[in-house]
Parts: sequence; structure tokens; C-alpha cells
Amino acid sequence: MIDYTEKIPNNVDLGRDRVLQRALEHWQPAYMNWWYDMGPSESHALEVYLRTATSVEPDGWAQFGYVRMPEYRWGIFLQPRDAARQVNFGVHKGQPAWQEVPGEYRSTLRRVIVTQGDTEPASVEQQRLLGMCCPSLYDLRNIFQVNVEEGRHLWAMVYLLHRYFGRDGREEAEALLERRSGDVDNPRILGAFNEPTPDWLAFYMFTFFTDRDGKFQLCALAESGFDPLARTCRFMLTEEAHHMFVGETGISRILQRTCEVMKEHKVENASDVRALGVIDLQTMQKYLNFHFSVTIDLFGSDASSNAASYYTTGLKGRYEETKIEDDHVLQNAEYPVLEVSGNKIITRRVSALTALNERLRDDYIAEIQGGVDRWNKIIEQAGVSFRLTLPHKGFHRAIGNFAGHFISPEGEVLTKEAWENNRDKWMPSAADQKFVQSLMTGRVIEPGKFANWIAPPIRGVNRQPLNFEYVRFN
Amino acid sequence: MDVTAAQDSQVKAAPVDYQTEPANYKHWRVAYDGPVATLTMDVNEDGGLRPGYKLKLNSYDLGVDIELHDVLQRIRFEHPEIHCVMLTSAKNRVFCSGANIYMLGLSSHAWKVNFCKFTNETRNGIEDSSAHSGLTFLAALNGTTAGGGYELALACDEIILVDDRSSAVSLPEVPLLGVLPGTGGLTRVTDKRKVRRDHADIFCTTADGVKGQRAKDWGLVDEVVKTQQFAEHVKQRAFELAKRSDRPAIAQGVALTPLQRSIDDAGRHYEFVDAQVNRESRAVTLTMRAPESAVAPTLESALAAGARWWPLQMARELDDAILGLRTSEAELGLWIVKTAGNPKAVLAFDNFILTNQENWFVREVLGMMRRTFARLDVSSRSIYALVEPQSCFAGTLLELALAADRVYMLDTQEGDARAAMMLSEMNFGALPMVNHLSRLAARFYRDATRIETLREHVGRELQVKNAVELGLVTAAPDDLDWQDEVRQAIESRIALSPDALTGLEANLRFGATETTETRIFGRLSAWQNWIFIRPNAVGESGALKIYGTGAPVKFNWERV
Repeated sequence: MIDYTEKIPNNVDLGRDRVLQRALEHWQPAYMNWWYDMGPSESHALEVYLRTATSVEPDGWAQFGYVRMPEYRWGIFLQPRDAARQVNFGVHKGQPAWQEVPGEYRSTLRRVIVTQGDTEPASVEQQRLLGMCCPSLYDLRNIFQVNVEEGRHLWAMVYLLHRYFGRDGREEAEALLERRSGDVDNPRILGAFNEPTPDWLAFYMFTFFTDRDGKFQLCALAESGFDPLARTCRFMLTEEAHHMFVGETGISRILQRTCEVMKEHKVENASDVRALGVIDLQTMQKYLNFHFSVTIDLFGSDASSNAASYYTTGLKGRYEETKIEDDHVLQNAEYPVLEVSGNKIITRRVSALTALNERLRDDYIAEIQGGVDRWNKIIEQAGVSFRLTLPHKGFHRAIGNFAGHFISPEGEVLTKEAWENNRDKWMPSAADQKFVQSLMTGRVIEPGKFANWIAPPIRGVNRQPLNFEYVRFN
Repeated sequence: MDVTAAQDSQVKAAPVDYQTEPANYKHWRVAYDGPVATLTMDVNEDGGLRPGYKLKLNSYDLGVDIELHDVLQRIRFEHPEIHCVMLTSAKNRVFCSGANIYMLGLSSHAWKVNFCKFTNETRNGIEDSSAHSGLTFLAALNGTTAGGGYELALACDEIILVDDRSSAVSLPEVPLLGVLPGTGGLTRVTDKRKVRRDHADIFCTTADGVKGQRAKDWGLVDEVVKTQQFAEHVKQRAFELAKRSDRPAIAQGVALTPLQRSIDDAGRHYEFVDAQVNRESRAVTLTMRAPESAVAPTLESALAAGARWWPLQMARELDDAILGLRTSEAELGLWIVKTAGNPKAVLAFDNFILTNQENWFVREVLGMMRRTFARLDVSSRSIYALVEPQSCFAGTLLELALAADRVYMLDTQEGDARAAMMLSEMNFGALPMVNHLSRLAARFYRDATRIETLREHVGRELQVKNAVELGLVTAAPDDLDWQDEVRQAIESRIALSPDALTGLEANLRFGATETTETRIFGRLSAWQNWIFIRPNAVGESGALKIYGTGAPVKFNWERV
């Protein structure tokens, strides 16, 4: 008999839940096999200074200590239950929140959970080689922290599948360990999660942009009428915040380092900047353009009957649903969406229900803009005149109203030819990527040292100094 | 009265009771004369089941047909000496003018469909008794025979029409009402009477119908007889037909005593059948019970028990439960079937029934079981079977699981109580569906190898592993999953469109094989029901809607 509480920290009474125990007895070894195969490369023997959640109490969710990652205690945590919680939107608004899966919505809920769950191991797979070219022990520890927490988020989704979806759920949980990012025959569900994360710049961009898509999806699911899903997502959000911190500060530190070098050497021209071994701001803009545009595709079509039905049936809400002041039913409400008409982009008001993806995308873009503004402040304070900008929402889109159109970052409707002629000006070219990767050929693992292309952070992890041995190579 | 008000009145009116007895008949008279029973239709104009219409010219409603059904049952069981049944009419120059049009005009669509289903089953039952019970049916059409009246005649083995220069047989539904015959008319005119298609085309588009020699020439009737000779001729013919029978010349019948039952808010309760309604989850839990002790049946004990013999009483109770639920509980869209009792007792009955088919009573009991289970297959309700420890899905009762759209079997992990199923010879053809296949043969698309494999398991206790391997079970959740899986399966089912489910189930249940009966039910639910709700029938100026008002019909001429 396994001591579940010791091995798997949880607040779901795992020790007495036979349904869950039985499911995990089979799944947990399969998960470990997956971690050994697809977890961070050559990491299994390393001792990493990691945070582990051992309870949902304020002091329990962040226990720091050295741990070998295969021995990490992946746990199952839900935000404590609010007995008075209701379904807050859609046709079931005002009914008590569901503690069991309504049979009627079973397959839809399962699909939502599986789609969310599939992104978690996918990002671990995408990032598994980055440890080999880390810019510092601090950053290496951070990527490992992100990886184990993506693993825990997988556990969170698997908990729901195991606990509430019977045999189908167990089969789906197995399949989450069987798909592989980028595998032609057995790919991850969403396209963006099959793209490689080839370098640290891409990693920071991914954690800033794409993990934030995850945040917004979790926020929408945290409003769900299915209470266990809502509570699971709430707890996941505390961890997701750290991933976005890694991304935002990672980009900030690169910008800061580049600006320092530009000022020190009084250079502005991109090729001069590159010659000094740091990443030029033009290249940063191109990476931003790429990651922003592929990430906003993840929100789905501008007009989506699925989104409408998820909302109406109470399965997935809007961002901060309960703080919005309207009827939370949206039968007659409208929402503006953009579309291409001839060579112009026009605004059209459509049913708010079918435009829920677009609304979530707009909420996301507003938050992203805040991050870009903070980056520009760093550039400004360094006395450099360059500014980063978000490209137009229609730029480089493969999903929704802009798919098939050719929109410049400034929002002009172009011909395919005109757009393609500018592609390398707007998005990382093969040469740009080659340059970025040329800076990251080896790993920096001496405590307190940082690669030339990135500035140290302002402070260390858990009040530890910057020269702390965040990862031990025994 | 508009349609909505009429529908409301149907909901509020007294529930329909399918149980009746000769003393209560309003519309039929029965005369027993040696081996011939004469059923005389004499519909009481003011005896309609619901207010708002008069049953003129021997037209009928559900109440009239419930009596017909009862008469037939009593001939089968109470009168084994009857070898031929003659249907005729007491009205002057009218045999039967079919279903009452005003009744149809006032009825909700659901009521019409349920009415048609029952009348179809009764006519199929006539043919079933022709085929299996040694009864021959003679339609003695002593006057005008229209629509449902002619469809009733079509269900008989022989049709004799009076030749009085005016009485005709007709299917006037298309020209008069803008709908189709709903009780197998088109199917039997072709399949059974083999009327050439161009003749059938004229026949079905001519309101007046066809009479005299032409009716005979086209195959619409077997004989035409002048008025003067008609009565004597049909009587003589009935006695001739009676000679074909293998029913006993002298035998004591078995009285169909009234069913002991109670009907209340919780459902319908009988000794061996219990239908528990759950309005919130829109489901019925139908529990069938077998005896607890297995005693080897004998002919003496069977006849002595009579209507209380388990196979007969169980079938009559199930029949009444099905009919009652179909008529009164239209919104309870899912029937969850459970069983209890001793599987060995069921197998003992099954073996006895199958080895004693030369006995008229045992043969009739099997017929009753066959017709009753066949009602399940054509019921527009989803059916789930739940196989749990202590349940009794064995032989005849296993048919309930085989009739179900899904079968859930509890896979118990520990303890002694294990769910099991059991096959008997009864599952291999004695209780066919309306497609004339056993439910096993239909389930496995007549795969002879599979069916042989199943036969090797007759009489063995089939636990989960075997039952799953043999393909008898849809899913076998274990005790940890059981409750939630079953709950979600139920909730997800009742959330689906009831109309789409009715169509889906009818498609999946009957598979590839068509018979007269499947054609009748299939065309009824597809074509007739579609036509019945189109504006050309029931719109403001639709043919059915304005029938009898003198107002002109207005069609939308677009062909769909």
C-alpha cells in the first residue's frame, strides 16, 4: 500500500478515495516513465532548489528545498470549496455550482479538460533541451521550476479526468502521456505546442506570451459551473503567475543588457550591436511579433459556436466573469470584431456569445500591452530611443477572420507578395535565429555568473543571493 | 376547439386504460358459433374516448381499437375452440370508414403517432395469430370500407367484398386528407396483396376507391359476392377456413382475469413488473421479476395456473405497463430495465415452453410473449438495461437487455455477489423482433459463427468477462465507476433531442433486414409523421385541418 499523502501531497482526501487511488496506481508509473523520457534532458541526477506545494495554506504552497526532479512531489490541489458558490453565467445561472459532472455536458467538459491538459506536458517536451545552453544557474533553476509545475498542472487535469470521468477519463489521461510535441504521427492537440522552443529567447517569449494564454484560459475555466474544474484552475493560476514572471523578467534582462552595451559602446546599428554579443532590439521586436501572433491564434476563431455553447451551458466563462456588470447571459448582447473587407479592416458588431473567443483575446492583448510598456520603460531609462510595439491583431494570423489575409504589423491589408517581401523584416529569419542561437552554444553554470547577452536579475529566488548554488551538479 | 386546447384536454382527461372486458364493450359484438367467431363492428357514435367528435359510420378511435385488441386476446386464450375469426359490421352498407378524421384533427401529433402504433400492433397481432396460432381471419366487407377500415381487412387472410354496385374498398387518405394511410395500407397493398404499382397508384389517389369485379381483378379483395348471397356465403367460407386449423376442437380456455395492479404517482405496480417513474430525471425504472424458486413446470400446473402462470402473467403485466407508459408518460424518454429473481426458474419455463409447442395454451403464451417483447423494439423510448448482482437477465428476461439500446453490467471487484447473464434456447428465434430476426441475430447481423458460439453458452452463467467477450454488454464499469458512469449515461441520454433519438433508435435497432412490419413502422415514423406535421396537412388551409369544413384546400406546391 502506498502512503499517498506522503508521496502525493493533496487536499482531495486521496488517502480515502479508492477511485482516485486505483487510477493513480496505474497512471503514476506511466507519468514517471514519461518524465524520464521527455522531461528536461540530462537533468535526472541534478539537485535543484525547487518550490513544492504541500498544501493550499499561505505557507504551504511554496516550500523550498533541493530535490532531484524525478523525486519531485507532484501534488493535487484545489482551492478550498465555497459551499455557496453558484453557476454564475449562462442558462444555469443561479443554480448551485455542480459538484459532479452533469451527464449532459460530460463529453464537452472532457474535451475542454483534455485540451487544456495536453498543453502542460507539451511545453515540457518543447523545452527539454534548453538546460544544455542555460545562461545561468538561476535561469536553469527557473526553467526546471516551470517544467515541474507544468507537470503538476498535468496532474491537476488528470485528477479531474480520473475523479470525474470514469474509464473514458482514465483512457484520456493515458493518452496525455502518449502524445508527443512535434511528433508527426502522434502530435499534441494544439498546433503551437508542436513548434520547437529552440533557444532561451524563444523560451522567455513563450512563457510571457503563450503561458499567458494559458492563464487566460485558466481564468475562464476558473469561472466554470463545474466546481472542481473551477477550483483546480484557481490554484493553478498561482503557479502560472511565476511562469509569466520568468518570461517577463527574462525579456527585461535581455533588453537591459542590450541597452547597457549600446550605451557603453555608443552603438545603435543592429549589426554593431550583434557584434558585441548581445541581441539587437530589432530582433527582439521580430521575436515579439512572432510569439504574439501565434499565441493569439490559440484563442480560436473570432466567431465560435463552441465558445457560445460553452458559455451558455455554464462550462467556461469570461475573464473575471463575476466582476463584469451585465446580465451574464448575453442573449441579446453584441461585441465588436474586426474583419477584412476589400483592402480595409472594418469593425462589425456581432453576437457577443459567438464572439467570446475574441473578447478573451482582447482581454489578453490589454494585459500584454502592460508588459510591453514595462519593457519600453527599461529601454527608455537606458536612454535608447527604440520602442517595442505590439503588431496589429491581424498580423500573421492562421485562425479566425484574418486567416488567409496579409496584414502588416501596422494593420495595412497587403498582397501576399508584398507581405512575403517583408517577412524577414517582421519575423525572425533563419539568419536571426542562427545568430540568437550562436550566443547560446554552451551553458553557464558557475554560481553567480551570467551569459553576456543577459543581465542578472534584481534579486535571487526565495531571498537567496545571486551566487547561490541553485542547481547542484554532483 | 383548437388543437392546443384539445391537446390540453388529452393531458387532463382520465388516463387511457388498455384493460377492458366484454361486459364493457361499446363498439364490438362477438358471437361464438362452433369453430367460428364473428366480430361485428357496431361503433357507438357517442362512445368516443375523448370529447369533441362523433364516431360516425363505424369510424374508430383508440377506444374502439382497445376493444378489438381485447376481443382478439380472449379468442386466443379463452376460446381455443375458435378456428376462424370473421370481421364484419352491423351498420347498413358500411363496414368501416377508418380512423375518425375529426379525432385526428383534434389530436396532438404525439397522440396520433401513439394511436397509429397501437393499431398497427393490433393488426400485426392478427397476422401473427394467422401465422402461429392456427387462426384464420376473414374480412366480410358488407359495405363501404375506407382507409383504416380497409387496412383492417388487409390484415386478414381473406377479404370478401359485397357487390351491391356501390360499396367500394378505398384508401382515400391522399386525395381527401393530404396524408398517407397510417396502418400499413400501402405496405400490405403491395407486399401482401401484390397489387400492381400502377393500379395501386390509381387506387390510392381515388377517393371513391374501387368496387366490384375490378377490386377482385386488381387483387384488392379475394372475392366479390352479390348482396343476396353475401351473408350465407361468408358464413360458409368461414366454416371452410376453420377446417385448416390445428387448434383443439374441444378444450377448456384460460380466463384472462383482470390484472392486479396499482397505478399511482410513483408509477405502475404489478406482481412481476414494476415501473417506477422519476419525472425529474425523465426516466422510468422498469423492474421485471422472475419467481424465486425453480420448479419444473407441467402442462397440468400451467393450465391450472392459467392467467397466473408466470410467463403469461409477466407478459400481460409488461404489455399493460408498456402501453400505459407509452400513452401517459410521453416525457419519460428513457426506460431503465432491471430484473430480479431466479435465473434457473426462467430457464425452466423457457425449456418447457419451447418443448410443449404442440399444446395450444403454451403456444399462445409464447405468442403473447413474442408480441409483447416486440412492442419494446418499436417503442419510441430509449432503453438501457442495468445488469447487477442479484439481477436475472436470463433467457426470456435476457430479451429485455437485448432489446435495450445499451447494456451496462456491473463488474464487481470483490465479494460473492457477481452480476451474471444467462442464455437459453428462447434467445435464438422464439421471440423475434418485427424484422423476424431474434434479437441476437439482429445484434450480430446474422453472423452464423457468432450465433453458434453464443449457442454453446446456453445455460451457463455468463459473468462480466464472458458477457463482454460475447458482445452482450456495452460497458462494464467496476464498482468504483458504476454509479457515476450510469448516472452520466442517463443524464446525457435524456438531454438529447427526443425526436432525433426516436429516429436514431429505429435506425439502429432493426439493422439491415426489412419485413412488412419494419416497413410499416419505418414508413409510419418517417414519411407519415413528416407529412402529418407539414402545413399541407395541418396548416391553416391544410387538407387534414379543413376536412369537413367545406373550405378550399391550399397547398404549397413545392415538391420536397
